Amino acid sequence: MAVAIAEAPFHVLAVDDSLPDRKLIERLLKTSSFQVTTVDSGTKALEFLGLHGEDASISVHADHLDVEVNVNLIITDYCMPGMTGYDLLKKIKESSSLRDIPVVIMSSENIPSRINRCLEEGANEFFLKPVRLSDMSKLKPHIMKSRCKEHYHQEEDDLLSNSDSNTSSNPTNNSSSDTISNNSNPTNYSSNPTDNSSGDSSSARKRKAADDEILPKTSRPRHS
Amino acid sequence: MDYSNLRRQAASMKKVLFDQGHLDEQFRQVEDLQDEASPNFVEEVVVVFFKDSGRLISNLEQALEKYPRDFNRWDAYMQQLKGSCSSIGASRMKNECMSFRDNCGKGNVEGCMGCLQKLKREHAILRQKLESYFQLLRQAGPAGAATRPVM
Repeated sequence: MAVAIAEAPFHVLAVDDSLPDRKLIERLLKTSSFQVTTVDSGTKALEFLGLHGEDASISVHADHLDVEVNVNLIITDYCMPGMTGYDLLKKIKESSSLRDIPVVIMSSENIPSRINRCLEEGANEFFLKPVRLSDMSKLKPHIMKSRCKEHYHQEEDDLLSNSDSNTSSNPTNNSSSDTISNNSNPTNYSSNPTDNSSGDSSSARKRKAADDEILPKTSRPRHS
Repeated sequence: MDYSNLRRQAASMKKVLFDQGHLDEQFRQVEDLQDEASPNFVEEVVVVFFKDSGRLISNLEQALEKYPRDFNRWDAYMQQLKGSCSSIGASRMKNECMSFRDNCGKGNVEGCMGCLQKLKREHAILRQKLESYFQLLRQAGPAGAATRPVM
């Protein structure tokens, strides 16, 4: 079956309390062909994502079936008043409908324990500020990887519903073989391990997806 | 009107800003983001920066008075300010922020006050110089504003 590839640009939600930084990250993302929404706090980010109130982690499975918003990646500053980027990350990872959205943390402070804490909590990437144009190329692999997972699970659904013999590869085999090459064709599933560490400081260290979680099939909005 | 001469003047003005350490490489990164789709981006960001940093400096000054010797609080304000300076490439301002934070770490009130005065001075200087620079670019015409002057 043909895979529906999104023609629309990927949508990034950027969270930063600093106005100049917000303006910069917006431009960086737009220059890199992303659709961008910026908000100035973690609270507003959660509102935008469709989570409400304090028990956001248990709330809105039902609401999310008809959520209009479709966010492919969240990039957030770490140091923000009220809800920090780390707090926001936790809330996102606690939400069954949002936890598969890749999250990138930005910080002007190079503190290894902070970086590790974020990566352990499930952040996909850590950028040291000031963020540069060259950092933008690191975003798409994370988006593609999460879409690939979704695609595999959708394929499994289709195969099961056809009740044919299962001739495709095991879709739950989400180890290093589901890495995506970093080019513009999302169906080109080469084994080019672009999501490995680029080898410089600890800020480039990425968490390998140890979570072979089965995505909820219909509660995530499909990319049209 | 000799537009190429104006552009040359603008380029020269900018070079001085770099040579004298007012601006660093990050400013060039910001310039790289300007294009036909966003032809006034650099100036827009700079305007936002000066408004924002002005506000932060003012908040800090109030905090220095209201919360004497509250170095943690002072440092937190300065961390924010340093972040903004860093994002735009305001190098001298950033250095004063860092000195201020050092003085916080040492519990040196006079040192902090001294740094703040220098910071305010650098803030004013950079603002004035960049305003002149953008004015010159505008006079040099749309071509001068939209393209990055060659250094």
